[in-house]
Amino acid sequence: MTADVIAVSEVTPERFQPLQERGQRAVFCGLTSIIWLHRKIQDAFFLVVGSRTCAHLIQSAAGVMIFAEPRFGTAVLGDRDLAGMADCHDELDRVVAQVLARRPELKSIFLVGSCPSEVIKLDLDNAAGRLGREYEGQVRFVSFSGSGIETTFTQGEDNCLASLASDLPEDTTSEERLLVVGTVPDIVEDQFRRLFSQLGIEHVDFFPGSQSTDLPAVGENTKLLLAQPFLGETLRALEGRGATLLPAPFPLGAEGSEAWFRAAANAYGVTVEKQQAVLQPPLQRAKAALGKYHSELSGKSFSMLPDSQLEIPLARFLARECGMTPKEVGTPYFDARVMAEEVPLLPSGVDWVEGQDLDPALDRVRATRPDLTVCGLGIANPLEAEGLRTKWSIELLFTPIQGFEQAGDLAELFARPLRRERALEVGSWS
Amino acid sequence: MELTLWTYEGPPHVGAIRVAASMRGVHLVLHAPQGDTYADLLFTMIERDGKRPPVTYTTFQARDLGASTAEKFLNTLQAAYDHHKPSLLLVADSCTAELLQDQPGTLAETAGLPVPVVPLEMAAYSRKENWGASETFYHLVRAVLSAQRNAEEKPRDDGSSNRRRTVNLLGPTKLGFRCRDDIQEIQRLLQSVGIGVNVVAPLDADIHDISRIPEADANVCLYPEVALTTCTWLERNFGQPVIRTVPLGFGATQDFLAELAGVLQVDISAEAVADCRLPWYSRSVDSTYLTGKRVFVFGDGMHAMTCARVAQQEMGFEVVGLGTYSREMAREVRAVAKELGIEALITDDHMVVEQAVSELRPELVLGTQMERHIAKRLGIGCAVISTPAHVQDYPARFSPQMGVEGANVLFDTWVHPLIMGLEEHLLHMFRDDFEFNDHAAPSHLSHGEGTLMAVEDTNVVALEGVHWEDGAEKELKKIPFFVRGKAKRNTERYAEEHGLTAIDIETLYEAKAHYSR
Repeated sequence: MTADVIAVSEVTPERFQPLQERGQRAVFCGLTSIIWLHRKIQDAFFLVVGSRTCAHLIQSAAGVMIFAEPRFGTAVLGDRDLAGMADCHDELDRVVAQVLARRPELKSIFLVGSCPSEVIKLDLDNAAGRLGREYEGQVRFVSFSGSGIETTFTQGEDNCLASLASDLPEDTTSEERLLVVGTVPDIVEDQFRRLFSQLGIEHVDFFPGSQSTDLPAVGENTKLLLAQPFLGETLRALEGRGATLLPAPFPLGAEGSEAWFRAAANAYGVTVEKQQAVLQPPLQRAKAALGKYHSELSGKSFSMLPDSQLEIPLARFLARECGMTPKEVGTPYFDARVMAEEVPLLPSGVDWVEGQDLDPALDRVRATRPDLTVCGLGIANPLEAEGLRTKWSIELLFTPIQGFEQAGDLAELFARPLRRERALEVGSWS
Repeated sequence: MELTLWTYEGPPHVGAIRVAASMRGVHLVLHAPQGDTYADLLFTMIERDGKRPPVTYTTFQARDLGASTAEKFLNTLQAAYDHHKPSLLLVADSCTAELLQDQPGTLAETAGLPVPVVPLEMAAYSRKENWGASETFYHLVRAVLSAQRNAEEKPRDDGSSNRRRTVNLLGPTKLGFRCRDDIQEIQRLLQSVGIGVNVVAPLDADIHDISRIPEADANVCLYPEVALTTCTWLERNFGQPVIRTVPLGFGATQDFLAELAGVLQVDISAEAVADCRLPWYSRSVDSTYLTGKRVFVFGDGMHAMTCARVAQQEMGFEVVGLGTYSREMAREVRAVAKELGIEALITDDHMVVEQAVSELRPELVLGTQMERHIAKRLGIGCAVISTPAHVQDYPARFSPQMGVEGANVLFDTWVHPLIMGLEEHLLHMFRDDFEFNDHAAPSHLSHGEGTLMAVEDTNVVALEGVHWEDGAEKELKKIPFFVRGKAKRNTERYAEEHGLTAIDIETLYEAKAHYSR
């Protein structure tokens, strides 16, 4: 029934056997997810219970500056808390009251666990329950872990959504509902809603939405589409609520977006004719936009250091739609379930790495000298100084890249450093 | 627990990384979980460093907790040594590792590495970044010099007054404020008066340089937040006097040279500062309009104190607020504030600072990147004088704050956000001009930068029992916004004291006459 746009390759074990690497990692912890989660969920406050390091991490990763009073903060543990001179739960209640006094309009407070709060075994689930009863009817309290000992970067969002999953209302209707899971920029959400509507798919919810008081219902009739490739725990939690996953690659690039929409359309029994009528125009636009980048990107090699879990779908996009050659692609962890529809599309001859050992990984980049290295902010300038071109990976989280209309923008993110290389006539400073 | 929405300083281990990253051949092994590696980007992005800071993180995970984190530390230590071959290793815990009590310092000493290992205690739950830098520098210097303590002590004073005197410049680090350029400027200045620079540290120093510190006649404590502890120890153990005057500003640079002359017993000619342009620029008639401009100063202790003096004495501003987030320097900052007749603001809560700025309504704010942000929000001009600073405050051009050229830079930088002389008069004359008013930006600044867009007046809600008549309220709005709040308060106080319930235009001018000096 699916149109033959995707030539599904044979799934062979040789195609994807990541090398496990254990050593120094250079990734953010899950607290970093708060940077986009607090912009997305507009009536919520994210209260990290942690140290000065946690506070400094978030403000540094967020671009070092805050532009309005942010809806996130850190309850910084001090010597008194650790020495048991102050009761941590009393202290937390006091800080929560302080937050609510400043921002009485808040509807939800997420208590976010950190490395220190987990090492001292501060029970934030319990605290969220207690505070939830105290502020019953006014503020919802939810706890999740964003700690670096348990989560990397985007796993913060996974834990956040997984913890919210049990709070979603039970869907008692007999109507089919589609739940799109994972934070996407508002403009992408709007585009997706229009396309679903044109396909005749109704009752579409996005999770998370902009209001924490308006949580989507979930139940046996809920079908799930993952918009982000880092939501394994959330998926399992929603399946626990009776929902069913619609297996699909991720909506990155023209091909990924088409397959993603077709997964929904097929599940809803939308006719091939209608699918063609609705999806062809944006698909053609996306292909036309990508075509402009083909000459710039085709034949260029790239490596990716582990960062956000976007590496596998992005490598697929760059290889299949931009003609680029992946050398080494690292990913913080591999979730076979979430990546099931991506793996068959991956090119062969790539060195896949799960986990990280930074110094040897950098040595390999120096040895293979790819045309472009996708890496974190801490590593980009040092590689540039060695004459290598880089793309900061964090931008891939803060820029609309999903869907047909953004396929060209996504290619542009990788093309720009290469174009800059050609444009500059000043040499490297080092 | 303390609610923190933003923080001026990072945790102490970031200070340790700053010292390690400043030096050559020093490597830090930090027992820390993944996530703490964010610190790399402070150096590579904010300061555009072309190298990763020399730090290896153990990045332990939940599954390592228990017995194996210590083992993980030892493996990481060995791997870091093998890969980077440093001449000295620093070893520290970040906040989380401190709770595990693996004692990496003790572990490292048993590892049998062929280079010195310096353990650091970073006190993550009570201290902050600058303290961490200070502790790291102190322990490093102490470790290197204690090892050679018994080596023969070179007599410094050979009795010859012609001998060339040398000093060490201590305290400059990566991610400090304009350290790279300050050092260059102060070296030039010292060279011009015939004083040699023995060692600059930590910036660009290696372990051999550290071992030569005792050879100098004195230590210049350029950045007391980082170097004072070390300077005090060196004074006690090697008899090296400490030059405490920080040469930031024209007057301070003269005082610095005078202190050097006294301590080193050499003659220093006043010619050394003669080519500084700040004194003449400040005396030229164009600068008359700077007189009494209300300035709010906030930053680390050293920059706040030195800049307050420059603002008051060398620019002719009125310092209406002075504060610091450096609690270690609170006493000194309070003393300077007292001399200025104001009370110092000692806080690390940026919202308290914002409150103070909006109440004091200065015409210029000198601060960190946070005060720049606050000033922008309130529509007040701002210049950055201290860390924390953003990438644009690490400029490509030579832009010192200290010494002769530093004073020139301060003059230019601080005048730039202000409205120029005649322009200001015109603003006062024609306040209702449709294109030239409170809400328009100074003509030399781009849109949105330093506009006079008033902080909405404390306005409308008057003191209880006092009513502003329409005419008086309109007249009040013709008063420049930065003194409007004061005029309003004075008028209301006047009305209250004279038992008036309504304020008309007459009352406004009566009050003005009453309170004028």
